[in-house]
Amino acid sequence: MDLVAAVGLQILYGIANLALISLGLAIIFGMMRVINLAHGEFLMLGGYTVVIAANAGVNLWVAMLILAPLVVGVIGVVVERLLIRWLYGRMIDTLLATWGLSLLFIGIVTSIFGASTATTISPPLGVVSIGEYTSSAYELLLIGITVALGIAVFLVLKMTSLGLVARGTMQNAEMASALGVSTSRVYMITFGIGAAISGLAGGLLAPVTGVLPTIGAVYIAKAFITVISGGAAILAGTASASVLLGGVNGIAAFLTGPTIGEVALLVTAIVLLRLMPRGITGGLFRKSL
Amino acid sequence: MRQGGEVVLETRGLSMHFGGVRAVDRVDFALYEHELRCLIGPNGAGKSTFFKCLTGQLRPSAGSVVIRDLHVTDREPFEVAALGVGIKTQVPNVFEGLAVEENIWLSARRWHPPARSRSLTAETLERLQLGDIRSSPVGRLAHGQRQWVELGMVVAAEPWLVLLDEPAAGMTHEETVRTAELIREINRTATLIVVEHDMQFIRMISHLVTVFHEGRILMEDTMEAISADPRAREVYLGHRG
Amino acid sequence: MILARDVRGTLAIAAVGVLFMLIAPSVLELFTIINLTTAIALAVLALSLALVWGYGGILCFGQNAFFGIGAYAYTIAAINFGGSSWAILVAILVAVAFAVVIGYVMFYGRVSDVYLAVITLTVSLILYSLIRRTSGPDYKIGKSLLGGFNGITSPPINLPWDPSFVLFPEHVFYVAMGALVVAYLFTSWLTRTHFGRVCVSIRENELRAELLGYDVRLYKLGIFAVGAGVAGLAGVLFCNGVGRVTPDVFNLYNAALTIIWVIVGGRGTLIGPILGAFGLFYLTSALGTQSTVNNNLVLGIILVVFVLGVPKGVIPTLAGWMAARRTRRALRARERRMRLRRARGGGGRNDGAGAGAGPGGGGPAGAGRGAGAPE
Repeated sequence: MDLVAAVGLQILYGIANLALISLGLAIIFGMMRVINLAHGEFLMLGGYTVVIAANAGVNLWVAMLILAPLVVGVIGVVVERLLIRWLYGRMIDTLLATWGLSLLFIGIVTSIFGASTATTISPPLGVVSIGEYTSSAYELLLIGITVALGIAVFLVLKMTSLGLVARGTMQNAEMASALGVSTSRVYMITFGIGAAISGLAGGLLAPVTGVLPTIGAVYIAKAFITVISGGAAILAGTASASVLLGGVNGIAAFLTGPTIGEVALLVTAIVLLRLMPRGITGGLFRKSL
Repeated sequence: MRQGGEVVLETRGLSMHFGGVRAVDRVDFALYEHELRCLIGPNGAGKSTFFKCLTGQLRPSAGSVVIRDLHVTDREPFEVAALGVGIKTQVPNVFEGLAVEENIWLSARRWHPPARSRSLTAETLERLQLGDIRSSPVGRLAHGQRQWVELGMVVAAEPWLVLLDEPAAGMTHEETVRTAELIREINRTATLIVVEHDMQFIRMISHLVTVFHEGRILMEDTMEAISADPRAREVYLGHRG
Repeated sequence: MILARDVRGTLAIAAVGVLFMLIAPSVLELFTIINLTTAIALAVLALSLALVWGYGGILCFGQNAFFGIGAYAYTIAAINFGGSSWAILVAILVAVAFAVVIGYVMFYGRVSDVYLAVITLTVSLILYSLIRRTSGPDYKIGKSLLGGFNGITSPPINLPWDPSFVLFPEHVFYVAMGALVVAYLFTSWLTRTHFGRVCVSIRENELRAELLGYDVRLYKLGIFAVGAGVAGLAGVLFCNGVGRVTPDVFNLYNAALTIIWVIVGGRGTLIGPILGAFGLFYLTSALGTQSTVNNNLVLGIILVVFVLGVPKGVIPTLAGWMAARRTRRALRARERRMRLRRARGGGGRNDGAGAGAGPGGGGPAGAGRGAGAPE
């Protein structure tokens, strides 16, 4: 019984982890149809913000929950104004330009902080025990934060005027701009929010994973798979794909080992894409958020 | 009217819904061999959607499309084309970066060995008077000329069934007259459906006209009869003032 | 006629390649030759993406996956077989087979360009993280351990009939350069065949190709698979040049590098990306020897600058300039001839009209070519 609980918790954490690292990407993709190849670097920058701030004596929670999203959100807005906005409607060029940006960020961070791990910080909160098994309390907290983040995004999309415009843009970008909605401003804010959430995610994960200039590559493969498998709907897509892929990964990893777990995740995603080329929400529930 | 031949294209209960909009609503339609049929109707009457269902560009929500006893309802466009059907879309679909000659050749070469393809390309270029611009990239041509290149691609494949969506759109009067001539010429060897809204043009080519209105077939008759019919005048001609 | 000039160009480039192959080993030092072998392997990889992306219009962001698979398959097969000849073939076939599986999912599912780019990149990254995990004695294929992030030492190529006669590095250079020339001739031949022209037409307008009766999915799968085969060959050459294969062949940096060669060299040419690969190889090696400027930084700047400023790439942009200059010169020559004729003919009344039309005709570079394009 304890084993089931512990394994279940581990799988749940895997799912939450996928959702956490994908949400920022999903927001930008879902609303702007831009796939941000610098997404991994936004996570990386969030991580660096936390590590540097914590080492400078800032309270870890402040660094993770406030500084990381703030810094990366600002970077996101700057990037959108300087680069992305010139390329709207040119999806392939946007991909390439954000890839260039990704390399640029890696290069800048490497030049400043070096290629190896900056001084790390350890996860706070210690462990909780489930019968004879233990689980990291911080991982439990991350599950909770992920759920809270999902609810927050849902409420913003559902309740606020920004959310209304965003949903309009999601359904039909041309219509929205024809109605006089300043898509330019919506896009800037959206990109900023997407970046901020990525920064938050990167910051929250920094104590678990440590930080490296190239750590973005570790995240993006999984984030891409999740977002593409999920399809265009931001929340329903991210949630359903995270549950499916995270679940498969977790179960396969428990039964055989982490390597097979990743293979299972990849194979599931490939089969899924063959059956539903536009992702779960492109194939099933089209009008969800 | 030439309704003596067998039915070569037929739809039964063909419907296409977009969300709540019924763009095409339970259409039964039959086309006979050697016919030259025009589809007309005001904007949004569903004729272009109907056309896209015929060519496999859209999967109909319900109903079936049968070409020569073969169900093509769920087929890909290339499978429809592979039956020997020549298709021209509403917006000119050409290979912008390639030369006029190569556009035509790619069509001929799909069905014929190299030598025959070359001669067929040369014939088509001459027939459509595209010889002077044979090596220009299609992207540099004027709209009317691009339409002609696309018609050339249709002709070069030597299809037995030809589906044209607004072949004369954006053409000068002179070009329109030539296009009408060409269509009549194609009709000597092939059966045609032409979607149009230019009445002058339809008078130049058509025998039998099918009028679409709100996703359904309103009537099917000769152009004279339709011009005289009050219902058709109201839904279609009336709209145009 | 245009085609004929094209063919002459291809043969001239191939001839330069052969000449270089023959002369280089007697002029350059061994160290340079070994380095060159690696650069050549990368040039073959660039060529494969030039074919797939530049001609097939398939936005493959993970072309290095097939390159890495080729390198791993060669190494593992060569260790197991105890010789290189069949291993080379196996490497190419494994890369092709892998591409067919991935390509089937993507093309028959008709995923969009952008999805395709991201999926291929993801595949490469997943392979990277998978192979990195394979250290230890548990992970082996036949006699060959997979080696985790340390990779595997690759057996060098041997003579086809004699596995004990292993080629020296300078011989491997001949093999690599020969392979590059052959691959270049093969791919440029392919782009001129019916198959190749259909692929180009699909790049230009997928719907039109489909309406002509071509099965777009099949053609895309075809050129994707051929490109993967060429990339697999590149992988074989690469692990021979370097002497080992590590998971790094699959990493993000190499994926980006491959794309950058093609962007810089230009889509729609084969020689452009090849030159791009050589150029960037020497640029990054030069940067690698100092520590102030980071490689990623430079590549990132190059990528952004090219996407925003030179989106067509160097070779097509130069070709465009040259064509424009030729047209301008031809126009000027024609004008001069006409002025001369007028002066000699003494048609005084026409002079005014002629002079008025003159400057208008000498305007924008492209104006003279578009034989009557009144848009």
